[in-house]
Amino acid sequence: MIPELGQLALSVALVVALVQGILPLAGAARGDAAWMGVARPAAHAQALLIAFAFGCLVQSFVVNDFSVQNVAMNSNSALPLHFRVAASWGSHEGSLLLWCLMLGGWMSAVALFSAHLPESMTARVLGVLGLVSAGFLAFLLFTSNPFDRLFPVPADGRDLNPLLQDAGMVIHPPMLYMGYVGFSVAYAFAVAALLSGRLDAAWARWSRPWTTVAWVFLTLGIALGSGWAYYELGWGGWWFWDPVENASFLPWLVGTALIHSLAVTEKRGAFRSWTVLLAIVAFALSLLGTFLVRSGVLTSVHAFAVDPARGVFILALFVGAIGSALVLYAWRTSRIGLGGGFEPVSRESLLLANNVLLVTAAGAVLLGTLYPLALDAFTGGKISVGPQYFEIVFVPIMAPALFLMGVGPLARWKRASLPELAVLLRWALGVSLAAGLLLPFAFGQWHALVGLGLALAVWIVATALLSLRKRLRQTRAHYGMVLAHIGVAVFVVGVTLVNGYESEQDAKMVPGDSVTLDGYAFRLDSVRPVNGPNYRAAQAMFTVTRDGAPVTVMRPERRSYPVQDQTMTEAAIKPGLTGDLYVSLGDPLEGGAWLVKVQIKPFIDWIWGGCVLMAIGGLLAASDRRYRQPMPARREQAAEAAA
Amino acid sequence: MKPRHKRLAAIAGGLVALGAAAALVLSAFEQNLVFFFTPSQVAAHEAPQGRTFRIGGMVETGSVKREGVEVRFLVTDTAKSIAVVYSGALPDLFREGKGVVAQGALGADGVFRAREVLAKHDENYMPPEAAHALEKAGMEKAQKSIQRP
Repeated sequence: MIPELGQLALSVALVVALVQGILPLAGAARGDAAWMGVARPAAHAQALLIAFAFGCLVQSFVVNDFSVQNVAMNSNSALPLHFRVAASWGSHEGSLLLWCLMLGGWMSAVALFSAHLPESMTARVLGVLGLVSAGFLAFLLFTSNPFDRLFPVPADGRDLNPLLQDAGMVIHPPMLYMGYVGFSVAYAFAVAALLSGRLDAAWARWSRPWTTVAWVFLTLGIALGSGWAYYELGWGGWWFWDPVENASFLPWLVGTALIHSLAVTEKRGAFRSWTVLLAIVAFALSLLGTFLVRSGVLTSVHAFAVDPARGVFILALFVGAIGSALVLYAWRTSRIGLGGGFEPVSRESLLLANNVLLVTAAGAVLLGTLYPLALDAFTGGKISVGPQYFEIVFVPIMAPALFLMGVGPLARWKRASLPELAVLLRWALGVSLAAGLLLPFAFGQWHALVGLGLALAVWIVATALLSLRKRLRQTRAHYGMVLAHIGVAVFVVGVTLVNGYESEQDAKMVPGDSVTLDGYAFRLDSVRPVNGPNYRAAQAMFTVTRDGAPVTVMRPERRSYPVQDQTMTEAAIKPGLTGDLYVSLGDPLEGGAWLVKVQIKPFIDWIWGGCVLMAIGGLLAASDRRYRQPMPARREQAAEAAA
Repeated sequence: MKPRHKRLAAIAGGLVALGAAAALVLSAFEQNLVFFFTPSQVAAHEAPQGRTFRIGGMVETGSVKREGVEVRFLVTDTAKSIAVVYSGALPDLFREGKGVVAQGALGADGVFRAREVLAKHDENYMPPEAAHALEKAGMEKAQKSIQRP
């Protein structure tokens, strides 16, 4: 009964979405206030209906209703309760329902926090979101129904993929989806502005906090996914340039360009058509990510065996949403105007350079991700692109971007003077060059890349602090930016030191053996069997010492999950501010020996720490008071005049 | 400089930077393309010596042998098999009789030295490359049996 109620709620939500997609848009075009007024209640109703359907799915998982195919395929009566709840978005169908739920939440939020927008703008934004939602609800109902029944009813479920039985999995997809779906709001604002023909500073100001919040969620989602890969896949990698990781990184790169470009459009009225295009592209890449992950075309941890009809449907959605937006863009763009002019040396041009670099990076990642798929589709040739490609390309593209990050916030709008900037920045430059030359010796050997990375990180922090001192009127938005930039620096330190100084050793060990790595001695004391709720494991105990002094005891496990007949490496990690110790237990070998991998990961937690700082900075910036106030009439006129 | 000259200089500078970026990206791209070969193609000496490539197929049942940290196994597309040696721990989803993709280079002794083994699949999912290898070998077998009735 409950699953049928869920399905009914989804069907009604689809109808509501269509109404929300058509009436307010038509109303805005005709100037009909009653039709426009439909938008807000429809958005709330849709969000409630989808939330109800989602609740029905969770309920089916909680009570182990194996007559629902989705539950039977992805859960098991021995699965602990919190994983049963998380399993409701562990499958393809469930994760799409989660996507719709997130969209419902964003729509409801826009309906709630848009009192300061003109009625026609709200109606258009919610109308566009309604159309997007209708597309996804139709996809869900017609190709991936999460409530499909199964007959005969199996006695027990096939269990959740053990890789997904993890706390990170409980929050990683919702965070990532909040980000992906959040860009639909930026997209809706852009399309609404194109429809109204009013692409001005006010539009940029309305769109900014939404875009920033979506970016914050995406940042956290990617960081959680990377952290999950680090401790759950069991072998200590944190980023693999896997196509699905790239699929989440692409909208991040373009989204980062977008939040900077929006800043220029809001403050100076410039870059309007570029900003609109970025907003469309960011959402296009979010949809592309969904398509790549959900169509089963990839060799990846995330790939599911699914039927190609779904891929075609997503592709159609993609073409519909992005194609129509681009046509509208081409038609309207001549009316947009260029906005305020600026000199070659100015904050505008620095932000433009930052945008070009970020978009180039996104293009390079896109090439490496899509080329193998395109070649396969058109010629049947099978190739892949090695991770070295991304590493070689990323350093020269991102290094200048990181350097400019230090200059941009200190340059004046419209026209900056190079000599003035040089005087302002000379200390920061000196300190960071010295850091690049000397700091690597503190960790070991000097490498050019380590020197470069550390110099850039120190440069960003030094210039960020300088901009705090220089500026007289501090706003929350400015603090947020400074914090996010420092987050980037922290991230760069982590990446640089992990890549430069990580060490690892594979060993065959019997209890009593020791291996030594970077001064740490790891002694295998024992291996004993332990039992979990739905798995059996061999648990090893390692005593770690340094110069004879005890450091810690580590207990890596090798688990086997009988329902899916899968083995899992559960690594033991001793985290620390200056680095992690990482031990994983591999296959059992002959004579009671075990394969063991021991790793030392210097400063790796700074990678995720940096992402968290970026996210906090973003939230701080998005909560700035001025986004909640109606725009003062004087400024609006000034922005209009600049056009 | 006049504004028009400035604009021209900016456009020229932009084009140079863009060209440099494109050259960098494309050369790195070309050097890091990893081609895929089926065990039958490797047996027919179609795969390059020394250069990194990928193979895919099924791990032959009963072929996995551990020698300390090293592990040896056969990857088959049902027509031909190729010997693979890998050092270190195999991924959790590696299993005899299941699909596998390995990346590495062919040694002079004809043994494939894998630097990376991918076996990211659940029990009903096969890596596309591995499925492709099996399918291709299956088709060739069928053709041969038609030619020689």
